[in-house]
Amino acid sequence: MSDNTTAKKPRKVKGKTVVDIQKCKGCEICITACSENGIKLSKEINNLGYRYAVIVDDLCTGCTNCALVCPDGVIKVYRTSAKKKELVAEIKNVQSDMKIKIDK
Amino acid sequence: MLTGEKDCIIEDGEVYELVYEKPLTTLTGTRMHYCPGCGHSTAHKVLAEVIEELGIQEQTIGVAPVGCSVFAYDYLNIDMQEAAHGRATAVATGIKRVLPDKYVFTYQGDGDLAAIGTAETIHSINRGENIMIIFINNAVYGMTSGQMAPTTLVGMKSTTSPYGRDADFAGMPIKVSELIAPLKGAFYVTRHSVHTPGNVRKLKKAITNGFKYQQLKKGVTFIEVISNCPSNWKMTPVKSNEFIEKEMLPYYPLGDIKLPSKEDLAGLK
Amino acid sequence: MEELDIRLMKGNEAMAEAAIQAKCDAYFGYPITPQSEVLEYLSREMPGRYGIPLQAESEVASINMVYGAAGAGKRVMTSSSSPGFSLMMEGISYIASAQLPCLLVNVNRGGPGLGTIQPSQGDYFQATKGGGHGDYHLIVLAPNSVQEMADFVFLGFELADKYRNPVCMLSDGAIGQMMERVVFKKREVPAIKKDWATTGKTKDRERNIITSLFIQPEKMEQVNLSLNKKYEEISKNEVRYEEIFTDDAEYLIVAYGLSSRISHKTVILAREKGIKLGLLRPITLYPYPYKRLNELANKLKGILTLELNAGQMIEDVKLSVEGKVPVWHYGRMGGIIPSPEEVLENFEKLAKIK
Ligand SMILES: Cc1ncc(C[n+]2csc(CCOP(=O)(O)OP(=O)(O)O)c2C)c(N)n1
Repeated sequence: MSDNTTAKKPRKVKGKTVVDIQKCKGCEICITACSENGIKLSKEINNLGYRYAVIVDDLCTGCTNCALVCPDGVIKVYRTSAKKKELVAEIKNVQSDMKIKIDK
Repeated sequence: MLTGEKDCIIEDGEVYELVYEKPLTTLTGTRMHYCPGCGHSTAHKVLAEVIEELGIQEQTIGVAPVGCSVFAYDYLNIDMQEAAHGRATAVATGIKRVLPDKYVFTYQGDGDLAAIGTAETIHSINRGENIMIIFINNAVYGMTSGQMAPTTLVGMKSTTSPYGRDADFAGMPIKVSELIAPLKGAFYVTRHSVHTPGNVRKLKKAITNGFKYQQLKKGVTFIEVISNCPSNWKMTPVKSNEFIEKEMLPYYPLGDIKLPSKEDLAGLK
Repeated sequence: MEELDIRLMKGNEAMAEAAIQAKCDAYFGYPITPQSEVLEYLSREMPGRYGIPLQAESEVASINMVYGAAGAGKRVMTSSSSPGFSLMMEGISYIASAQLPCLLVNVNRGGPGLGTIQPSQGDYFQATKGGGHGDYHLIVLAPNSVQEMADFVFLGFELADKYRNPVCMLSDGAIGQMMERVVFKKREVPAIKKDWATTGKTKDRERNIITSLFIQPEKMEQVNLSLNKKYEEISKNEVRYEEIFTDDAEYLIVAYGLSSRISHKTVILAREKGIKLGLLRPITLYPYPYKRLNELANKLKGILTLELNAGQMIEDVKLSVEGKVPVWHYGRMGGIIPSPEEVLENFEKLAKIK
């Protein structure tokens, strides 16, 4: 993992964080690790009986801090690349064998 | 670069590439039994990440202790042995002596390593066994639910120091890293924590070195990890991390205690 | 014609030499009289020949090193004497539970406590009835000569591998220390596949785990049951004993190890006096020759156990004969070795022969 923790800068890079809510134990350590205040605890409880981490998407920079400190490894972090145009082009070409995950 | 397998999200015409995910090949995927926010889980995850990234899953044999991490072998997808309480470094010695080209590590708590297993700890280090010792210092006996450990801070309450540890009565908490660092067999001694992202990154680097240095066959790499124990400290995970910062780190300062010299590291791949 | 390798050696040295010839990959030990020669011999002889000899910081460390190296699939052993063996008990229990093949030698000295460095058979219960915690058994071999101290190393490793079970050689300070002729035969040591060992998880298999922890009650019970099944199998196949003059015997001495040598002389003295005395020497103390003793009991008038202890094996003899004949014990302790005459005299008293 590179040390790409550029928070607060104008958003060249945008992040997206996905929590496996059924495995989250609600310890809140990710909340303290997020410099953008981009994580809160759910009101509902999951199958394990814990309130779980909920991500405020548009605040995410993709810094991975939350995921790094997550004891249970339930957080996946995605990030746009600075070279995004190029990448979009590439995707079109290799679409058939790509594992694409659409969030929403 | 983008490969056919790479996980990504496309939203509003933008491509979000996966940049962090827990290790999938070196963790079994079994949900860890640790309490919410426990540093053991984070340390396991970092360890698994390093094994995955170094590509040494096939060459690595781990030794689990008796303590909360007794089930480490359920979570780490590598060959492992479960040792008797305190004897992990003796078990690791046995393994490493007959399989000298494998990477061998122990993962031990403070009761295991610094109380019942002190003799094995000191002597395996003194012999310069080419193993990595990961030492989880949470200042308490976690598994047996919160008794005083050799590392419990002065004044800190536990079920067997209910009025706070009294140094006159129970002695001072042992600084194991400082204790063993002067031994010649200790090649690399360093103290880290898992309570902040920055510290997790540093720990990862240390564990990476801990493995790599084994190639040199120059002795033990000893990585102390200051960890929390929210349940037995009777704090929320967040509060326990604050306790680490405020109480643990002043007594157990983070950083390298013994570094190999440049000459020592010559020939390292 | 093959040349015989004949040597004059101490029992402890013969055992150590046999370990090298049996391709013992590693020996872990800690000095204690009367068996320190083993570690000394191996420290001298293993380098350059075969195997790794490592002096551990204690018997606790030795036995756990054995655990690690045996779990890594190698042929390993340790040896000690009574106090040191006591210190190993937790580790031995773990090894039995994790089913790790290895050879553990106890050169028995007098106890309890620090006791004496003189020979004793006071560790019979410890060796055969568990010693450590939980339901387990070691296979226990009892040599009565320097030759057997060597031979039982080969046999011990063979049985350990065959059953994935720790094997204990229960010797004593006399057999370990005395010098006798010993013959080393050329033997092939077969390579044994240990696909359960922790050698690094390759892609073609699941990870291997060496553990003795089975926290679920159902799982623990299953493990206990399967261990027991193994012990039954061992009991069926591996009982070994030697009989001397049992064909027409009216009385029998049961003795193992050093006391079987004394008993052999006693039997000869008795025969000279016209007393039909025989000897049964258990070679395996676990499994024990219960069945054979039970058969013999049908035609006997009485049995004497000669033990260098306060009477331990006598319990197994009593179990064997199911009350068919009287069973007496004679023994000396503290390292005192009775003469054959002394044994005969006491036997005659106990059996009321005069
Ligand atoms: C010989 C023996 N004595 C005592 C125990 C009980 N016991 C199990 S874990 C433990 C303490 C573990 O504490 P630590 O090593 O600090 O690890 P943690 O649980 O805090 O991670 C004890 C005393 C045991 N299993 N074996």
